[in-house]
Amino acid sequence: MSTDQYLPLVALVALPILGGLLVGLLPKGNPALPKQVALVVSLLTLALGVVVGMAYQLPQDGGAPFQLGASWEWIPAWGVSFALGVDGIALMLILMTAILVPVCILGGWADADATSGSPRGYFAWILVLEGLVLGVFAATDVFLFYVLFEAMLIPMYFLIGRYGGAQRQYAAVKFFLYSLAGGLLMLAALVGLWVVSADQLGAGTFDYAALVGLDIPVETQKWLFLGFFIAFAIKAPLWPLHTWLPDAASEAPPSSSVLLVGVLDKVGTFGMLRLCLPLFPDASKYFAPAIIVLSIVGIVYGALLAIGQTDLKRLIAYTSVSHFGFIALGIFAMTSQGQSGATLYMVNHGFSIAALFLIVGFMATRRGSRMIEDFGGVQKVAPVLAGSFLVAGLSSLALPGLSSFVSEFLVLAGTFTRYPAAAVVATLGIVLAALYILLMYQRTMTGPVRPGVEGMADLRGREVLAIAPVLALIVALGVFPQVALDIINPSVDQTMTAVGSTDPAPVVAEGK
Amino acid sequence: MAVITTGLTILTEGAPNPGEVVAASGTFALAPLLIAIPLASAVVLLLAGRRANAWGHLLGTAASAASAVLGVVLLVAMMGQPEDARTFNQPLWTWIDVGSFSADVALQLDPLSISFVLLVTIVGSLIHVYSVGYMAHDPDRRRFFAYLNLFIAAMLLLVLADNYLLLYVGWEGVGLASYLLIGFWYHKPSAATAAKKAFVVNRVGDFGLSVAIMVMFATMGTFSFAGVNETIAAVDPDTVTWIGLLLLLAACGKSAQFPLQSWLLDAMEGPTPVSALIHAATMVTAGVYLIVRSNAIYDLTQTAQLAVVLVGTITLLMGAIIGTAKDDIKKGLAGSTMSQIGYMVLAAGLGPVGYVFAIFHLLTHGMFKAGLFLGAGSVMHGMNDDVNMRHYGALRAAMVVTWATFGLGFLAIIGIPPFSGFWSKDEIIKAAFAEHTVAGVAALLGAGVTAFYMTRMMAMTFHGKARWEPGVHPHESPAVMTVPMIVLAVGSAFGGLALLFVGNIEEWLAPVVGFEKAAGPIPTSLLIAMTMAVVVVGAVIGWRQYAMRDVPRMAPMQVSWATRAARADLYGDAVNEAVFMRPGQYLTRTLVWTDNKVIDGAVNGTAAGIGGLSARARRWQSGYVRNYALSMLLGAVLVGAALALVRFA
Repeated sequence: MSTDQYLPLVALVALPILGGLLVGLLPKGNPALPKQVALVVSLLTLALGVVVGMAYQLPQDGGAPFQLGASWEWIPAWGVSFALGVDGIALMLILMTAILVPVCILGGWADADATSGSPRGYFAWILVLEGLVLGVFAATDVFLFYVLFEAMLIPMYFLIGRYGGAQRQYAAVKFFLYSLAGGLLMLAALVGLWVVSADQLGAGTFDYAALVGLDIPVETQKWLFLGFFIAFAIKAPLWPLHTWLPDAASEAPPSSSVLLVGVLDKVGTFGMLRLCLPLFPDASKYFAPAIIVLSIVGIVYGALLAIGQTDLKRLIAYTSVSHFGFIALGIFAMTSQGQSGATLYMVNHGFSIAALFLIVGFMATRRGSRMIEDFGGVQKVAPVLAGSFLVAGLSSLALPGLSSFVSEFLVLAGTFTRYPAAAVVATLGIVLAALYILLMYQRTMTGPVRPGVEGMADLRGREVLAIAPVLALIVALGVFPQVALDIINPSVDQTMTAVGSTDPAPVVAEGK
Repeated sequence: MAVITTGLTILTEGAPNPGEVVAASGTFALAPLLIAIPLASAVVLLLAGRRANAWGHLLGTAASAASAVLGVVLLVAMMGQPEDARTFNQPLWTWIDVGSFSADVALQLDPLSISFVLLVTIVGSLIHVYSVGYMAHDPDRRRFFAYLNLFIAAMLLLVLADNYLLLYVGWEGVGLASYLLIGFWYHKPSAATAAKKAFVVNRVGDFGLSVAIMVMFATMGTFSFAGVNETIAAVDPDTVTWIGLLLLLAACGKSAQFPLQSWLLDAMEGPTPVSALIHAATMVTAGVYLIVRSNAIYDLTQTAQLAVVLVGTITLLMGAIIGTAKDDIKKGLAGSTMSQIGYMVLAAGLGPVGYVFAIFHLLTHGMFKAGLFLGAGSVMHGMNDDVNMRHYGALRAAMVVTWATFGLGFLAIIGIPPFSGFWSKDEIIKAAFAEHTVAGVAALLGAGVTAFYMTRMMAMTFHGKARWEPGVHPHESPAVMTVPMIVLAVGSAFGGLALLFVGNIEEWLAPVVGFEKAAGPIPTSLLIAMTMAVVVVGAVIGWRQYAMRDVPRMAPMQVSWATRAARADLYGDAVNEAVFMRPGQYLTRTLVWTDNKVIDGAVNGTAAGIGGLSARARRWQSGYVRNYALSMLLGAVLVGAALALVRFA
C-alpha cells in the first residue's frame, strides 16, 4: 500500500456518485431542486477535475506512467486493489467528461420533464454514471476497470429505458444485451489474464503495471486480446457491431445521447489504447491489419448510412460510427501521430457530438419531431440555433481551424506512414462528411420556412449557456491543440514503447 | 542556368533563388495584423447580432481597408530590401507537434504572397464599398459584411501560410466563406443547393490536398514550403509526380478546373459582389497560387506538369464555349472566369517560362473581371435584378458610367493593346507555343472565342435595341457603387502596363518562382499579329450577330447540338448526376436497408435464436435489476471458480 495517497482523484470519482445518491434521495415535489443540486455537484466535480489537472505534471523520460495515484487493497486473495491514477490520456478524457456533464445537465434541463420517470432519478443516474466513467478512466487495477465498466451499464440502461422515446425499451434492452455479451467475453479474458499472471508471478494480480510486465505467449495473447477487444469494439462501437448505437442514441433523451456516444463509448476506444495494446503487444500487432480494415469500412459505411438517414438523431449516431472508425484507425496504426490523434479525437468528438445532439434535441422538443422532413427554413426563425448547429457540424466534418480537423488529420497522417492505402480510403470520409453535414443543414435550416417551424423559438439563455462553452472549446482546440497534445504525447510515447512500436522514418531521411 | 541580357535589364534566369529567409522584424512583424483585423471584425459582427446592424457595414469596410493600407506599407518596406532578402518568416505559435509531425502557425511574406495580399485587400476593399450600396436594402447586410471579412481573413491566411497544412486552413476557410456567401439568400432552395454543391465538390479537391500533405510528411518528414523545397530533389520521381497530381486535384476543385468545374456556374446564386470578389478575382485563383507556390515540385515532374497544361487547356476552351451560349450575364462571366483561370493554370504548367505570367494574368484578371462583375451588378441593379441579357439592350444611354467601365474591362479581357489583358494573355500564348504547340493553338483559339462572347455580352447589354421587361426603368447606380467600378476600370486599362513596366513583375517574382524567357518557334511580332487577327475576327462576328441584328427576347430553341451542349454547361452536371449522384443514392439506400435488415437482423436473429429477443426483453423489463445482479453474481462465481482452479489445481 502506498503511503502517498492522492485523494483529490478519489474524491473526483466519489463526489458525483455520492452527489447522485443525494439527488436521488431529495424530497419529491420540487422538480427544479434535483436539477439545481445536480448542476452544483457536476460543477464541483469539474472544479476537482481542474485541481487534478493542475496537479498533473508532464512526465519526464522514463518517469512513472501514472501519477496522482491512490491505492487500497480490496480483495487481497485475488490480488485486487482499489487503485486509481492518471496518465495524460486518462486525464484528457477525465477533463472532457467533467466538462460535458454540467453541459448535459444544463442542456438536458427539461429532458426528464415529459417522461414517466422523475427528474430526481434522471439527474441522479447521470451523476452516478459520471462517477463510474471517471473511475474507469482512472482505474489502474484491471479488475476495478472491469467492475466499473460493467456497472456503467446500469445507469445508462435506466437513462434510456425509462426516459427515452417511444422505442426506448427495445433500444435499452438491445444496448444492454450487446454490452453484456461483450462484458462476458471480457470477463473470460480477464480470468485468463489473471491465470497467466498467477503462473508467471507466483501470485495472481490485477495490477496494471504488473500485468503489462508479463511476457505472455503469443497464442495466449491472441485469445485474451480478442476477449478484451470485442468488448471494446461493441462499446465503441466498430463496424459491424454498431447496430445497437443508432437505436440507443436516437431513443435516449438528448443529454443521455451525449453521455452515451460522447463519453461512455469512449471507454471502448480508451480500453483499446489502455489495455489491449500494452497488455497484448504481439497480438495487437497481429490483429492490427484486420482492425484497420474494419475501421476504414466503418468510416465509409457509417458516413454513407448517415447520408441515407431521415431521422436527425440516427443521422448523428451514424456519423459517430464513422468517427469511431477514425479513432480505432489511429490507435491501431501504431504511430505516435495516429495514437495522439486518436486520443485527441476522442475528446474533440465528445464536444462536437454534444453540441449536435443537444441542438437537435432542442429542435425536436420545439417541433415535436426529429424527422428531417419536418424541418426547413429554421435559420430564418432561429438564427442563433442554426448558427450554433452549423459550427458544430463544421467541426464534425473536420473543417480546418476547428478542433476535429487536428485530430482527424493526425490520425490520417499517422496511418499514411504505415498503411498508405488505408489512409487514402479513410480520407474519402472527408468528402462524405461534407455531404452528410451539409445535406442535413440544407434540409433543416435553409429553404422556405416549413409549416410547423414558423413559431420555433431561438436558443434561450440556459441553452446558450450549455452550448456556448462547447463551441468555444471547439474553436480553441482547433487553434491551440498543442495545449492538449503536450499532455497526451508523453503518454502515447509510453504506450508505443510498451507495444514496442516506433514511427516509420521519412523515406528521404532513410537515405533512399 | 543561362544568364541572358535582354535590352538593359539583366535577368537571372532559371530556378528561383529567394536568398535567405529573414526573420520578420520591424514593419514586417505587422503581417499577422493583415489577417487579425478582418478576422476580429468578422467575429464582432457575428457575435454582436442586430445591435451592429447600424454600423456593421462600416466596420467591415474599415477592417478591409486597414488591411489594404497595411499591405501597401509592407509592399513599400519590401521594395526597400535587397532582392535576395525579401522572404520574411514569422513563427507565431506551435500549432501541432506530435513526434516528427510538426506544423507551426507561421507566416511567410515574400514577393508572391504580398502580390496576393494587395490584390485581395485592395479589390476586396473596393467591393466592400460597392456592397454598402448594393446591399443597402438587404436586412442581413451586417451578416454579409461579416462573411466578407471572414473571407478576406481566410484568403490572407491561405497566401501567407508558410506550410501546406496552415495553407489548408485558409484553403477551407475561403471555402467556408464561399459556402456562406453563395447560400447567403438561404431561403432560396437554389442558393442553398448551390452552396452545398460548391463545398462538396471542393472537398473532392481537398481530398487531393490532404493526401498530398500526407505523402509529403511520409516521404520528407515535413510539409513546410522551405522544407519541401529543400528536400524534394531527393524524393523518388514517381512520388514527386503523385504529389504534383494530388495538388493539381486540389487546384481543380478550388479553381473550378475540369473535371471539378461544375460548381462555379451554380455559385452565381450568391450576391453579385461575392461573385466579383470570391468567384472571379481572388478565391478561385487560389489553385493557381497553389501550383505556382509548389514550383519546386512541378519543376521535377514533367508528367504532372503535362497534366496541369492539359487541365488548363481543356478548361480554357470549355469555359469559353460555355460563355458563348449563356443568356444569364453572370453565368456568361462565370464561364469566362473558368476560361481565364484555364489560361493561368496552363501557364503554371509550363514551368519557369509560365509561372510569372500565370500570376501576372491572375492580377490583371483580378482587376478587370472584378470590374466586369461589378458592372453586371450595376446593370442588374438598374434592371430589377434581372440577369437575362435578352431583356437588356441599348443600356448605354441610361448607364454611361457602367457602360464605360464595363467597356474598359471588355477591352482588357479580349486583349486589345494597351489594356491590361493584352500584356498578360499574350505572354501566356507565347509561352504556350514555346512549350506545347497544341496548347498554344488552343490558347490562341480561346482568345478568339473570348472576343466573341465578350462582344456578344457587351452588345446584348449596352447596344442594339431595348428589349426591357415592362415596368423596368434602367438607371445609373449611386456613386458608392460606381466609384469602385471606376477604380477597377482604371486598373483594367493601365494595370497591365504598370505591373509590367513599373512593377517589373518578372523580376519581382523571379526570386520566388523562377523565370525563363520563352523561346518559341514563332517570332513575337508575328504571334501578336496572329492573336490580334483572331481577336478581331471573334469580335466582329459577335458584333454583327448581336449588335447589328435583332436579338430575340426568347432564346431560340432550334439550335445546333453545339449550342445545346454549351447551354448545358457541356454536360458537366449530367455526368456528375449519372456517374456519382444516382449510383450514390442507390448505394446509400441499399446500405440503409442492409443495415436494418441484414446486419441488425443477424444480431437480433441470433438473440432470437437463443431465446427470443422479445420474450427475453419482457423478462428483462420485468425484473432487470434482479437479473443484472444475478448475472454479476454469476460473473463473480465464474471468477471465483477460475481462481480456485488455478490456486488449488
